[in-house]
Amino acid sequence: MSTTDVSKDSVEVSPPSDLSGGRRPGDSVFSVLSIGSGLLIFVTLAAVAIFLTSESLPAIRASHEVQGAGNGEFGLISYVAPYVYGTVLAAAIALVIAIPISVGIALFISHYAPRRLSSVLGYMIDLLAAVPSVVYGLWGGVWLVPRLEPLYVFLNEYFGWIPLFAGDPTAPMRNLASASVVLAVMVLPIITSVSREVFLQVPRLQEEAALALGATRWEVIRTVVLPFGRSGVVAASMLGLGRALGETMAILMILAPGATFSLHILEVGRHQSIAANIAARQAEASGIDMSLLIFTGLVLFVLTFIINAIARWIVARSAVKS
Amino acid sequence: MMSISTETVAPASMHGTDERKLPWWHLLITAAAAVVVALIVLAIFGAASIPSVILLGFILHLVFGYTYSRIREGRRWAMDRMTTLVVIGAFALAMFPLLSLLWEVVSRGGARVIKAAPTPFSFWTTDMSGVIGGADAGGIVHAAAGTLLITLWASIISIPVGLFTAIFLVEYADTGWKAWLGKGVTFLVDVMTGIPSIVAGLFGLALFIAFMPDESVRMGIMGSVALSLLMIPTVVRNSEEMLRLVPMDLREASYALGVPKWLTIVRVVLRTAISGLTSGITLAIARVIGETAPLLLTVGMVTSLNLNMFDGRMSTLPTFINQQYRAGSATCRNETVTNPINQEVYACSIETNIDRAWAAALTLIIIVMVLNVIARLISYYFSPKLSR
Repeated sequence: MSTTDVSKDSVEVSPPSDLSGGRRPGDSVFSVLSIGSGLLIFVTLAAVAIFLTSESLPAIRASHEVQGAGNGEFGLISYVAPYVYGTVLAAAIALVIAIPISVGIALFISHYAPRRLSSVLGYMIDLLAAVPSVVYGLWGGVWLVPRLEPLYVFLNEYFGWIPLFAGDPTAPMRNLASASVVLAVMVLPIITSVSREVFLQVPRLQEEAALALGATRWEVIRTVVLPFGRSGVVAASMLGLGRALGETMAILMILAPGATFSLHILEVGRHQSIAANIAARQAEASGIDMSLLIFTGLVLFVLTFIINAIARWIVARSAVKS
Repeated sequence: MMSISTETVAPASMHGTDERKLPWWHLLITAAAAVVVALIVLAIFGAASIPSVILLGFILHLVFGYTYSRIREGRRWAMDRMTTLVVIGAFALAMFPLLSLLWEVVSRGGARVIKAAPTPFSFWTTDMSGVIGGADAGGIVHAAAGTLLITLWASIISIPVGLFTAIFLVEYADTGWKAWLGKGVTFLVDVMTGIPSIVAGLFGLALFIAFMPDESVRMGIMGSVALSLLMIPTVVRNSEEMLRLVPMDLREASYALGVPKWLTIVRVVLRTAISGLTSGITLAIARVIGETAPLLLTVGMVTSLNLNMFDGRMSTLPTFINQQYRAGSATCRNETVTNPINQEVYACSIETNIDRAWAAALTLIIIVMVLNVIARLISYYFSPKLSR
């Protein structure tokens, strides 16, 4: 970069707080680099959207041609729909398992454990987040699946009248339930850490006032802590949902795939998620198949984007309120 | 568990019994009773095992403890006791997968690493070339090198971009169009944080196959690009937080002395925040080093060492774990297997693939944990003492 260029730039971008009078090359270089990096973020995300769309165009176009032959756009949507269903179902079950446990842990760390222990306990939960997803998949597939079998047999035998547990589970239990359990373990630290932060922000005076009125610890939590932390827990759960929707390895390594809309989460070979489907098929895919996979990736991207946007909106709304 | 002395009498007690008076060890009595009953019940049904006794015992303890406390202390304290138990139970339940996972990885992976053929710890110094069937041999040096190289390149891309974006957000995005740009960048960084890792992989792939003649191209740098998509938002978030902690006074003092803005940023702001920045970046590296899905799509799989990021497929630890896990049990026709390349003879083991997966998982976890500990130590020992 030549000196004249630099000085011209610096006139434009030098900040008003720069009162030192130093119109120096270093300043311009620095501000150009910083603003350039900010712009690069724009460019990158635009590139993600553009490349995913342009690479999935052949699949979209092909499905339109099929439509001319009478088969309909149905082709593309009927390919993606079971995977969307599997993704959402797995994530939903994972959340149903993870949210109560996470809230319990967050309460334990923030209100039950001795103060000195609480940071250590929080660190142990953070360790769960540090374990790579592929190791969770390995642990789930090799260790957990055989051990969950008695539980599944029990559920199927005695609670088979509930549609979720109906069907015919066969060993090895590489079913959606196992994948969801592992997903639950993976989203647990996210929900816990956000909820814990919220619970720690509860006004101390309100809690002490409740205690002074003779409330038990549970009554303090029920009447003060939980109402205060509700929106935080909802936002944390949405963040967890975003993570669970996009998670690949736990499902790829545990679930025996199948593309149906089955409700029977104990049955093997009934479900598959978008992410795991991409990972499983990408090696053999090329041309139109790859384009189809990229299209499912685009669907997943939009899905998680919407979920995360809702989560951020809830966080922002509650931040304004408090 | 709190003692009676800290909780004084509930003044507004409506019943005579509505008051806390049982010491905590009464819980142990009900717990013991619950476990005994659970053991007996399960023994009758012939399903007694340690996990089932613990599970049923815990549920029974909720019932027993509640009933006992209800009779002796009243409804409110009984409810309090039960929720205390539930909350402790939730924590114990979450510790269970962590401990079992670490135990499995350390015991099974550790055994494979230590007893590796032909020499102990050769698992970390050999690659997989010529390892066929159930040969109890092979190692991960190629995968470890691939992981480190790809993460290094991802860091080379992400750290400057992330750091300068954070500097832009904190130091430059204050007025006019830059404030608007700053808001947009913050929003987009939030969006990037939520990108599923597989989509990052698809992007890396789509970007390169759009420009490359060969659609089956796979190379290390593609993985680095995909990973940096996941790493940049983490770096921006962590760095921004740290830069905002630097007191305004320091900047103003520097400006008052006539120091230009860029020098103030480099010498004052970055230097004050350096420990936080380093630990934040280390955590970002630890986060992406275990990413699997983007690498499955972008770098492929090989059995021997490839150090060229721009040519040919590479192997990485996460994809190696996945591949060995998928390979499953090996078949053993003979007692031994001969390596066709160097003619060495190894014992045959059905479990060899899974064992290698555990050992690679152990290696990966060690790397991640070391990075986490380094980040903690940096932020603990080198954080600026601002409140002095």
